[in-house]
Amino acid sequence: MPRRPRRWRRGMWIAVLLAPGLAVMTLFVAVPLLSSFRYAFYNFKGVLPDAFIGLANFGDVLFEAPFAAQTWRALWHNCVVFVSLMVVQNGLAYLIAFALLKTLPGHRIHQTIIFLPVVLSAVIVGFLWKLFLHPLFGLVNAALALVGINGPPWLGNESTALGSIIFTNAWHWVGFPALIFLAGMQRISKETLEAARIDGADDRVLMTRIIWPLVAPSTTIVATLTFIGSFNWFELPYVMAGATGSPGGATDVLGLLFYRTAFGTASSGLQDFGHGSALAVLMFAFIAITSGIGLHFLRRREIEA
Amino acid sequence: MIGKKFARRALAGLMMAGSLGAAAQAGDVTFWTWRQEDKAVYQDLFAEFTKANPGVTVKFEAFPNENYNTIVTTALAGGKGGDVLHARAYGGLEAMAKSGYYLPLDKTNVPELANLPDDANASESLRADGKVYAVSLAGQTLGLIVNKDIFATAGVAVPGTWAELLSACTALKAKGITPIANGTATPWMDAIFATVFTNPFLGPDWVKDMLAGKTNFSDAKFTGALAKLLELKPCLPDGFTGVDYATSQQLFSAGRAAIFVGGSFEIAPFRRGNPKLNLDFVPPPAPAAGQPTYVSRFFDSGFAVNAKSANQADALKLVRWMATKAFAEPAAAKLGNISSLKDVAAADPLLGKIAKLNETAMPYIGLVYFRYEAPTGTDLLQDGVQKMMGGVEQPEGVGKAITAGLAKWYKPFQK
Repeated sequence: MPRRPRRWRRGMWIAVLLAPGLAVMTLFVAVPLLSSFRYAFYNFKGVLPDAFIGLANFGDVLFEAPFAAQTWRALWHNCVVFVSLMVVQNGLAYLIAFALLKTLPGHRIHQTIIFLPVVLSAVIVGFLWKLFLHPLFGLVNAALALVGINGPPWLGNESTALGSIIFTNAWHWVGFPALIFLAGMQRISKETLEAARIDGADDRVLMTRIIWPLVAPSTTIVATLTFIGSFNWFELPYVMAGATGSPGGATDVLGLLFYRTAFGTASSGLQDFGHGSALAVLMFAFIAITSGIGLHFLRRREIEA
Repeated sequence: MIGKKFARRALAGLMMAGSLGAAAQAGDVTFWTWRQEDKAVYQDLFAEFTKANPGVTVKFEAFPNENYNTIVTTALAGGKGGDVLHARAYGGLEAMAKSGYYLPLDKTNVPELANLPDDANASESLRADGKVYAVSLAGQTLGLIVNKDIFATAGVAVPGTWAELLSACTALKAKGITPIANGTATPWMDAIFATVFTNPFLGPDWVKDMLAGKTNFSDAKFTGALAKLLELKPCLPDGFTGVDYATSQQLFSAGRAAIFVGGSFEIAPFRRGNPKLNLDFVPPPAPAAGQPTYVSRFFDSGFAVNAKSANQADALKLVRWMATKAFAEPAAAKLGNISSLKDVAAADPLLGKIAKLNETAMPYIGLVYFRYEAPTGTDLLQDGVQKMMGGVEQPEGVGKAITAGLAKWYKPFQK
């Protein structure tokens, strides 16, 4: 008999401790998520939901010209961002991690330097690089001019704008995957690496044949985070290219499209929470499902390795 | 028995509390706005109003601009909100007024509407019923802001025709001055840039035909006017596709560029930023000598009465007063804008000059007629112009995209 009250009291105690956190999560995460899910099915009259219209908002953003063209273009840009970041940012991070693993002289200071930009806010990095890439006052074009190259207006040119923002993202974030890879590499036993060395493996073989399969768990984390980051990409393009993805939508991504659909742009104050919520729900579903499937395959790869 | 009595008492109590909350004191009018920065000006003006209307005081309450629409709509939906509300214009007004939260104004309840020109009243009307829902406060005029000293030092005359503009560009460039400060990296500036230069080539009659659906933006007249913009490429800063709004302002403020294509709303910040600037405001160049030219104009806000205001009589009194010179003249002088009212004298000579230009102004087409539904006219125009100036789209393609986009919701284009 005396046992049950004690267990009950323990349960109460846990509930009391959980309640504040749960309340905050419900109020600020679950409720907005669910209400945006609900709004996606409503037509909006001004800023208030007006009538239930089923899947019409989804139909508009996916198949109705000219909105659909923007959605698919934005999705394509998100894919470009993901692939480029995987190759450029994370590829470079892998090489850096390997270089740091070799504990060459000065590796500690380099480790700090490489990780330093990660602690800066994306807004600061965005403004910084927007200034560096400025066609009139920018450092980049000034440096290029020294060697006789007439640099383009990086962020104003359709063909270089998205690449410039991806580059900035890589500059900002490269330290993070590098750290994860480094941690993964440091977990590999010294014996394995030494045995490979004795068998005559050079750095290239070591990196591609020995280390790569053994850091599979790190790759899973990096790939998943890059995927989510790429498809939720917002701060950098917003700061560097504005809500419309300047120039002419060349840097438009789903995050920007959602933002300007729901909240309007500088020039048009038209707010449309219905279509905006539909986009948000689609983004959420796409990211959740794709990263779920991706995780499944990446995990299986870890076990095989 | 007891239950019924209790219910009745509770109801009476609730009603009393309700009436206390909503009505406030008779003679108290609350004014809601997003212009926190103008608080002192409005409070001074409202003091004047109280002098003229003893017993009626006005309380100023400001909300952040970004959340103003949401705050006001939510309050109005709940039967609350200020008695007099600072309202947006055109599409921005419609988003708020179409739910019936604003009191319709007409000759009977606000006879002073006659003090406003028709296009000002149109800016505060709903398309659906044509009724006026707010007293327009001010308009903005788009044209060329000119640094007179640069032109004088360079010995170049301020251009009056398109050909003169192109030769002035060459002359200024030869002296190392950027002729036009504008870049194309900030989209909303592109819509203004395009409107300023294309309107004189289009003329008011084309606008009438276009609104009636007799022609549209795929018309050779419009695409021809757009193509003219391409001739301005050499006048713009180096790498202009990457030059944003802030940079353009800096170039002009610092005296490195001769012309800034923009609105009358730029004048005050330019004067603040560099008091030494010797500014002028001129209309865009005429297509050819002897042809007319036009500045472009739109109205940007007004004053509406809360349809559920408990103190509607005093709210109307205030709005009627705001439609007279007693309010408009000092307001325009202190806020540094151009009053929507007819024949309001401008204290500032430059604003006075703009008010004169307004008499023959053309509308800022994309905003005045096409900022009601998505995709908006200005969004389509700025997107197209940005691409065209960047060299990835032709004027014909831009015209087609604008027409097709607007045809989504603009009936005359749906043929």
